Amino acid sequence: MVKKILIADDEPNIVISLEFLMKREGFEVLIANDGEEAVQRIRGDRPDLVLLDVMMPKKSGFEVCQEIKADPALADIRILMLTAKGRDTEVAKGLALGADAYMTKPFATKELVERVRELLER
Amino acid sequence: MSARMRFILSVMVLGLLMTGPFLLTAMFVWLETKGAERQTLVEVVAPHLPIGTLLTLVGFGVGVAVLRGLFRQYVQGLLRMAENLRLMLGANRGFRVEPEGPPEVQQLARAINELAEQRDSLTADVEAQIGRAKASIEEERNRLAALMSELTQSVVVCNLDGRILLYNNRARLQFRALSDAPAVAGGGELIGLGRSIYGVFDRTMIAHALDTIQQRLRRCGQAQANFVTTTRAGQLLRVQMAPVLSAEPAMAEEAREDARPESAIEAPGTAVEGEASAARTITGFILMLDNITRTFENESRRDQLLHNLTEGNRASLGNVRAAADMLEYEDLTDDMRRRFRKVVRDEVEAMSARLDDTAREFADSLKARWPLEEMLGADLIAAARRRIEERLSLPTKLEEVDEAIWLKVDSFSLIQALTYIASRLSDEFGVREVRFRLSAHGRLVHLDLIWSGQAMSTETVMSWELESMNIEGERTPLSVRDIIERHDGEMWLEREKVRHRAFFRIVLPAARPQEQLESESFLRGESRPEYYDFDLFQWSERSHELDDRPLSALTYTVFDTETTGLHPSQGDEIIQIGATRILNGKLLRGESFEQLVDPRRPLSPESAQIHGITREMLRGQPTIDKVLPAFHAFAADTVLIAHNAAFDMRFLQLKEAETGLRFDQPVLDTLLLSAVVHPNQASHRLEAIAERLGLTIIGRHTALGDAIVTAEVLIKLIPLLAEKGIVTLRQAREAAEQTYYARIKY
Repeated sequence: MVKKILIADDEPNIVISLEFLMKREGFEVLIANDGEEAVQRIRGDRPDLVLLDVMMPKKSGFEVCQEIKADPALADIRILMLTAKGRDTEVAKGLALGADAYMTKPFATKELVERVRELLER
Repeated sequence: MSARMRFILSVMVLGLLMTGPFLLTAMFVWLETKGAERQTLVEVVAPHLPIGTLLTLVGFGVGVAVLRGLFRQYVQGLLRMAENLRLMLGANRGFRVEPEGPPEVQQLARAINELAEQRDSLTADVEAQIGRAKASIEEERNRLAALMSELTQSVVVCNLDGRILLYNNRARLQFRALSDAPAVAGGGELIGLGRSIYGVFDRTMIAHALDTIQQRLRRCGQAQANFVTTTRAGQLLRVQMAPVLSAEPAMAEEAREDARPESAIEAPGTAVEGEASAARTITGFILMLDNITRTFENESRRDQLLHNLTEGNRASLGNVRAAADMLEYEDLTDDMRRRFRKVVRDEVEAMSARLDDTAREFADSLKARWPLEEMLGADLIAAARRRIEERLSLPTKLEEVDEAIWLKVDSFSLIQALTYIASRLSDEFGVREVRFRLSAHGRLVHLDLIWSGQAMSTETVMSWELESMNIEGERTPLSVRDIIERHDGEMWLEREKVRHRAFFRIVLPAARPQEQLESESFLRGESRPEYYDFDLFQWSERSHELDDRPLSALTYTVFDTETTGLHPSQGDEIIQIGATRILNGKLLRGESFEQLVDPRRPLSPESAQIHGITREMLRGQPTIDKVLPAFHAFAADTVLIAHNAAFDMRFLQLKEAETGLRFDQPVLDTLLLSAVVHPNQASHRLEAIAERLGLTIIGRHTALGDAIVTAEVLIKLIPLLAEKGIVTLRQAREAAEQTYYARIKY
């Protein structure tokens, strides 16, 4: 079965690459441009994994993450947080709020693909 | 019995001794002889009686003369000597007794003179020693004050009541910049000897800093605290506080510290007592101020730039790197390839622009940081617990606290944030106890505020984080988020489902404690000692009601107004206010207030003749609603003095409704006090009183000139009042009210 991945990011310049990459890796790709849309799509489309940007309009990645993890029905959805902020305290916050993995920009796309596969096989 | 009476008595005794035995013998012979024998005796004796009487009288005379001589020399001579001795004892110490009279008395006089010599040399010695000691104290004081005045940093020394007892010129300049009305009072309403520092700084903040110092003193014996504060005028001040410690108990304390291990074993009671007094007595504090408004603005700007540079570029780099990775794929369509190339081009251009901006801005930005200080985590939690328990009456408990953790914090604001969260937990979720936990995780520290009870939504938590804090009426523009960000930390809510409880986790960077000493004292210029009064250390306002304080120990604002005319109720207005201050019986000429006021109505020509103020001089001056607030602040916490105060007070009172300022402090009138002291004098005009008290008048009929004369009059009147038994403020007011002049109404 083809796995579904939601890309939640407000920057088209990264979405274009991520979308291309994930499709190429054989995933079904969904896109959300802000936090609220991300929550809606997660509830509606039930992706297997979310690539979640921290800095988004309307709802931050932290809030989205906390909301999803608080809902037992959505517990098996993997969350990989992506951020341009590199502070230790933030990484700690993301993981504490239930993110399954955390990657800081800039990252190598190969590594990203590896992490995504790893999370989906878990 | 007086010496004279004793002399008369001894003369009588002498007379009896000389005649008594003879008369008695004669009587016995007379009684034993009978008849013819007695006849013969009379015949034999009678012819010799006159010569016998004569001889007796002569003998008596000689006896009296000898007695008189002795009396003069021994009794009266000694009495005279006693008087001279009294003189030597008091009025004329240099006087010496003349050795005269009999040798015994002369010997006595010489011995007395030697004794006096010895006394004089001892006295001189003691006086010299006292003089030397005084001089050295004075010298030390001057040296200290000179040092202070030459520091380029602002220094203010206060006693525990927050009264200023020393400030330097630099501090004065700085406070001038802080004043809401710098043009009017020149900052004089904020800084001045005896003024309260709480006019500038929040009382709770100072109390917190003192608390921190107290705690550190207990730990290591020396301490200081730092904080940053915003003043009413919107300036940002960095303040460094150091305690002024009393010398004596501190030494006793050290001795006790040494002795503690044994005494703890022998007698638990003494150990407890030692603990209680472990705090060295702080008698005051020193504040060193830096105005960092400018540097902080620069700093915020710099932070913003740095933030843009790192995080903005991080995102761009991410985009470029991802696009570049995609370009590696051989099977790209031309359209996709074009789009990826565009991403790379756009992002690289954006990064170049960002870099240019930053490089340009960095050149002129300065280095300054929100000063975080290093603090033992356990101390921070102890202080937070104390504050939560005091302010909110909310019990607190400790869970695991790692005693070895040091944090880099602004303890005041962080404790404020913790207290705020606790207050909302208690108010909105009925939480009845909060607990603290502190643990280290690599370079980070977890500070947890734990409670059990109802779960809350993420939205609630967000709103608590983002709203500006308000604890029990104490407002601050900062939000919890601001404070956490200031610490470069993060905060979130976590639940412990198993134990039915939740906690806020605050993650902060850990600190490694370091000794840091920065000396920023430069010597400069040739300014002389000024602006200090160490007698204020002995002051404690709380222990006295103002009314029962002696007149000599009060702080006064002596003021005078010039007006457009004599009828305040008919629309006459103030055109000048002048004021000066008296503290501990000294006139502080340097701390004066003088301001012309635009009355917004014409001047009458007669009044212009008195005060010499013309319409031109008043043009462009501030109006009374600008000047009065500054004067109100200048006069805060003091007793108001004016000559014929009822007149000036009437003008001030008529402005109450308009400005909302009440001058409700005690008022004394030098006119009435003069009438109390000299009830029989015809005139109590200021000139007449000044002349009576031997004061020379200069600059009369300017408001400040008159205020200074009035102040000098008051200083002279205080001891004269004391002679009449009028010592306290209450007594002075009551006495003044009873004079005739007190009945005049304006």
